[in-house]
Amino acid sequence: MSVHLVKNTPGVIGVLDLQGGVHEHLEHLERLGIPYAKVKQPADFTDLAGLIIPGGESTCLARLLKIFELKEVILQHCSRGMKIWGTCAGAILLANRVVGDQPCLGLIDMEIERNSFGSQLDSFKSEALIEAVSADLIPLTFIRAPKILRVGSDVQVLLRMEDYIAAAENEGILVTVFHPELTGCLALHRYFALKCGLSPAVENASAVNRDWDNVSWMKLARIAS
Amino acid sequence: MDAKRYELNVQLAQMLKGGVIMDVTNVEQAKIAEEAGAVAVMALERVPSDIRKDGGVARMSDPAMIAEIKKAVSIPVMAKARIGHFVEAQLLEALRIDYIDESEVLTPADEECHIDKTKFSIPFVCGARNLGEALRRIAEGAAMIRTKGEAGTGNVVEAVRHMRTMNREIRQLAQMPVEEVTGFAKTNGLPYELALKVKELGRLPVVNFAAGGLATPADAALMMQLGCDGVFVGSGIFKSADPAKRARAIVKATAYFNDPQKVLEASMGLGEAMPGLEIGQIPPEQILAKRGW
Repeated sequence: MSVHLVKNTPGVIGVLDLQGGVHEHLEHLERLGIPYAKVKQPADFTDLAGLIIPGGESTCLARLLKIFELKEVILQHCSRGMKIWGTCAGAILLANRVVGDQPCLGLIDMEIERNSFGSQLDSFKSEALIEAVSADLIPLTFIRAPKILRVGSDVQVLLRMEDYIAAAENEGILVTVFHPELTGCLALHRYFALKCGLSPAVENASAVNRDWDNVSWMKLARIAS
Repeated sequence: MDAKRYELNVQLAQMLKGGVIMDVTNVEQAKIAEEAGAVAVMALERVPSDIRKDGGVARMSDPAMIAEIKKAVSIPVMAKARIGHFVEAQLLEALRIDYIDESEVLTPADEECHIDKTKFSIPFVCGARNLGEALRRIAEGAAMIRTKGEAGTGNVVEAVRHMRTMNREIRQLAQMPVEEVTGFAKTNGLPYELALKVKELGRLPVVNFAAGGLATPADAALMMQLGCDGVFVGSGIFKSADPAKRARAIVKATAYFNDPQKVLEASMGLGEAMPGLEIGQIPPEQILAKRGW
């Protein structure tokens, strides 16, 4: 297996490995040449430069973070400077206000509404320009996505769509309600790596990789031989 | 279903990886499941063990009941249509649930044809006992596969058999020279193009969950260690002594399936599991996994 598990060395980005789109993020980090690790035990977070909380089901992830006392661990590492990026469910966990529910980590001042578009039949793909991230159009995949309804004064909006915000950040936290890990574009992963103080090996990450397709993550999830 | 819609449907299943999908029969159970950390609920009138006990024809559930459950939770809602009953599937699509399970747990409506799932925008999950069956369903448009197992038995043996069979066939394919694939595909009923895809990927080209007979946290961890991407638990939760506790325990064990200490902690003091049924004692005509082909 080609997974290079570089644990506890500076410069690693961890992907929270409890539930959801874990392999898809790992595969993007691999393409960027960023050392990565799946993280799920408290010790796994030591010295991580950044943490990605993937898409999945936010209620499930919130419950697991609480039961296994990872919430405090993440908050501690965040306060020592570990950057965090939440995609979709991950963004919900990072918000300090969730419509109709308790917030989980509360690390970014914004109000978010879960599953705000409707059912799976309302999931969609689109594209948009995110000036801070790339000069090229970025493909966007929304799956039962939340909407960011408003953000606080210390939060920068990166992408505003019709009646909602789709991407935002503060000093330590990046949130996207869409799934860059489900497209062939590395621009947001590169943006996050730079935010973590790392130097991605790939220079032009904005162009969509022609050799990517939706089964690319599977090389990290083959059945045991 | 265009290619983009199909990809979105496959991707929703990817977001369920590492999670537990629970059978629920009313709003109260759906809320217990969501609270316990289920990644989706399967809304149905009777869990498989009751369908097995009651006999008769099992059909799609009352849409009003499914609609109530949909309103009560924010996690994805799935529901079952009979094998081949494309009108039940049309109704479930019109109801705008998130996923349809074309399921052998219900009485098949067609013994020759499964639903042409490419005609729908809504995603489908289908059961399979082996690689050929899985790939035939994918060729028909399924965006997610699960083992059939033997639903409503509380006996994991058939789910293990189906997963091991798929894994064995995938390994065989992965190792054989390409000129042998034609014969292997013919013998095992594999669509050829998909067989080549599986050979290249070393796994199914869509997410594959375990289902059929899982009743304990250890059952869930077992299926995960065998390479499943997540698990369905049907009768196993709400036919046990303490459903909320067992639901939470199975969620924990699925997330930490590789960590015996955590699965051990999750397994403590759960009360009675659902009553189990030995496969050999089921009359052959009542074996659900044989429905569909």
